[in-house]
Amino acid sequence: MHRTKVKVAVDALDANQTIANANRHDFDHAGVAVVNLMSAPGAGKTTLLERVLASLDGVRAGVLEGDVQGSMDADRIAALHVPVVQLNTESGFGGECHLDANMVRSALEDLPLSELDLLVIENVGNLVCPAEFRVGEDARIMVSSVTEGEDKPLKYPLMFRACELVVVNKIDLLPHLDFNLGRLLANVDAVNPGARVMMTSARTGEGVDELREWLASIPDRARATA
Amino acid sequence: MHELSISSAVVDTALRHAGGRRVTGVEVKVGALRQVVPDSLAFYFEIVSRGTDCEGAELELDVIAAWMRCATCGHAWDPSPQPVESGASTVARLGSASEAHGDPALALPAFRCPACERADVETVRGDELEVESIEVENAEEEQCIAPR
Repeated sequence: MHRTKVKVAVDALDANQTIANANRHDFDHAGVAVVNLMSAPGAGKTTLLERVLASLDGVRAGVLEGDVQGSMDADRIAALHVPVVQLNTESGFGGECHLDANMVRSALEDLPLSELDLLVIENVGNLVCPAEFRVGEDARIMVSSVTEGEDKPLKYPLMFRACELVVVNKIDLLPHLDFNLGRLLANVDAVNPGARVMMTSARTGEGVDELREWLASIPDRARATA
Repeated sequence: MHELSISSAVVDTALRHAGGRRVTGVEVKVGALRQVVPDSLAFYFEIVSRGTDCEGAELELDVIAAWMRCATCGHAWDPSPQPVESGASTVARLGSASEAHGDPALALPAFRCPACERADVETVRGDELEVESIEVENAEEEQCIAPR
């Protein structure tokens, strides 16, 4: 036996990227723009989506719900008569903590892609792994709720840097918290100075119109850059 | 958790390029911006590689320091948090461990251009996550059939 060094020089996530590119090709072919929605568990992604989708006039939207287990989120979206598919990741290594391109691909045949303008992929609640795995999306959004504290951009810069829009949610709770909004914004700026930031309360509906407009404009922006 | 996902990807990549041969070493280039904890990656690599041709392989990590460049003024810099001047009492309170690991409470990273303060910046280095090379075992017969 002897040993040989073999030059590889490929991105370790190459296999995922190849499938993400195939997803992207299918999305483009169907004319659907795709957004990857990420956050920590309990930041309010599904409640925000409910608010937005309830009156997303003129945009035909569909949702892909990623969770380790259960279909509670998909049931909530289905109640709005929006096409939705639940993707459970529990069959992975102890329950995958994120969606990857292949998982998303496996769910596409269950969605009427050609009848949609916008597909929202609600990722598994997690501030780490989802940032690593592209799924073929046009845009990445993260929701950071004020109950999580101001330091999250510094603790999870990979996630904050991966997103072009940061939605600061639960702002109705600000009067009850020792939360320094200025410090959060400074921390977001320190790790991702180009990011757009919006303030919302999914509970009261404050700021949701701005998010709805931003989401509704994704199909046009995606077409412009295609 | 992050390191588990990445170590799975590293093992899969190594196996794909090993062509069924036993892998004895894997060299991985990791950018500082990927926030990979080397010990954690090594730990999960050992677990994920069990029962595969990578089992027992030595994992070598090359950490690449981050380097940014401003698209507007061309200034280039390291965006990692720089320790700020702190009083002795602060250092004593935080202890030597947090001092050594650069306590995030003490310093902010700088991804906005420090020279012109514009946000249009690009990552020159630090985003890498590459399997650089693998070391594989070759059978003697193979050596005879295809001598170098």
